[in-house]
Amino acid sequence: MTLLIALTLFVLAVFLGMELISKVPATLHTPLMSGSNAISGITLIGALVSAGTDHTMLTTTLGFVAVTLATINVVGGFLVTNRMLSMFAGRKKNRS
Amino acid sequence: MSRLDVIDLGYLVAAILFIVGLKGLGRPRTAPRGNLLGASGMLLAVLVTLLNQSILSYWVLALALVIGTVIGALLALKVKMTSMPELVALFNGFGGGASVLVAAASFVEAVDLGLEDTQLSIAAAVTAFIGAVTLTGSMIAFGKLKGSLEWSGFPGLSLVRAASLLVAVPLAVLLVMQPENQGWLWALVAAGFILGVLGTVPIGGADMPVVIALLNALSGVAASTTGFVLDNPLLIIAGSLVGASGLVLTQVMCKAMNRSLLEVLFTAAPTGSSSGDDDYGDGVTATSGEEVAMLLEIAERVVIVPGYGMAVAQAQHAVRDLMVRLEASGVEVVFGIHPVAGRMPGHMNVLLAEAEIDYELLFDMDQINPTFARTDVTIVIGANDVVNPAARTDPDSPIAGMPILDVDDSRTVVVIKRSLSPGFAGISNPLFVADNALLYFADAREAVLEIVTALNEG
Repeated sequence: MTLLIALTLFVLAVFLGMELISKVPATLHTPLMSGSNAISGITLIGALVSAGTDHTMLTTTLGFVAVTLATINVVGGFLVTNRMLSMFAGRKKNRS
Repeated sequence: MSRLDVIDLGYLVAAILFIVGLKGLGRPRTAPRGNLLGASGMLLAVLVTLLNQSILSYWVLALALVIGTVIGALLALKVKMTSMPELVALFNGFGGGASVLVAAASFVEAVDLGLEDTQLSIAAAVTAFIGAVTLTGSMIAFGKLKGSLEWSGFPGLSLVRAASLLVAVPLAVLLVMQPENQGWLWALVAAGFILGVLGTVPIGGADMPVVIALLNALSGVAASTTGFVLDNPLLIIAGSLVGASGLVLTQVMCKAMNRSLLEVLFTAAPTGSSSGDDDYGDGVTATSGEEVAMLLEIAERVVIVPGYGMAVAQAQHAVRDLMVRLEASGVEVVFGIHPVAGRMPGHMNVLLAEAEIDYELLFDMDQINPTFARTDVTIVIGANDVVNPAARTDPDSPIAGMPILDVDDSRTVVVIKRSLSPGFAGISNPLFVADNALLYFADAREAVLEIVTALNEG
């Protein structure tokens, strides 16, 4: 991937992110934050490669810690978002 | 199709799932599905990554994945809803920390193999710095939200903070020029750590939602720049999406406080010098649970305005009891929520949702303000600055121009508060001495339960 293509992806994704989020109601601000936070744990896939490559002790150790931290971020983030959102949804069912 | 094609295709599908998922998170009806789509995208991305042929030792990965999953799941399932802001800050910090480590590991490896180029070095430098800021900034925010950290800085803090920001530029240049010297990389990480700590330490109270949203954005940016290090389009796309959405949220929070982001970050919050009781003299009318109950019995429309005090007192379930009791006697009950009420964007909404209060009863500032004039009783529970009419009337007030909830337009305002102590802005609140305001001095939870008891007895 050339630098220009990488920058293109970056800029387009920034615009897309701003469009997607522009009119979110306040009720969803917290779940949105924790859910998008979990998505930013995508670093995990880079961490997996760093940890698994067996290059040197240093890179493996850095990678190992990175996989652990990113996994906490990803698993915890999606789960807690789901927990919050099910509180919103559960009530709907009770009412009807 | 080669193995690499499968991986790239998997990443493309994952990117689509993230985009659709993020879009779904923006509407109440589609949010649970959006979150699920995001999670599926992540799972897919991890699975295809494991096909990567440069991965040799799977047991290392398995171990780290298991440890991370167990810790993450335990934290997510055990946390109380009132502690949600801390947990979001903590996860955010872990994401930033992971980005630092990945950038460092990949950079070191590339240098060892003689594969580094300017693009990789610059990207590694930026990631190391931003990721480090995110990590320590989030940890400080975590401590502050938990209430275990009260340190708010030292004289000359802003100088050290500026220095740690400025020193990053020459360090990054040195790293690009001498990539074989790992010291520059770790120096950059250290500068980021210092900036993260010193950037967050002076910030407190009502500015917290802005900082949490900003740190959220930074964790996205760090993931995105990690994508430049690894030449990985999925990281760039997912990271930028999160960075952009975090920035939008940060802007929303700043607007709600009438402060710019730079003001929040680099100037202490404006504060007055109210000492509490002395400012009000005899103008305050105190009330009791029974009196409030009598007011509520003849009310047709009641608005409840929650603030951080409701979270501290864990009063959300009591508030629900009150709502149910009032609705049973035909009173219309709705909630008015200021965007920066609490310590995190949407904090109040989550607490009320936990107490099973329908989100359709929760109204934003713009929606609720025109309705106060036809409201019989407004009950303010543990909020102060966000209902302070001085923001509207006194151009010299530290909070002048901040949009507030116009609770004083309603026929009667009941303010539940433990004492007359000022809010975060440190200024007196003319609402408390208004003719139509009654002060109920009590813990939020006890006060609300008291009112419910009085209603049931009456």
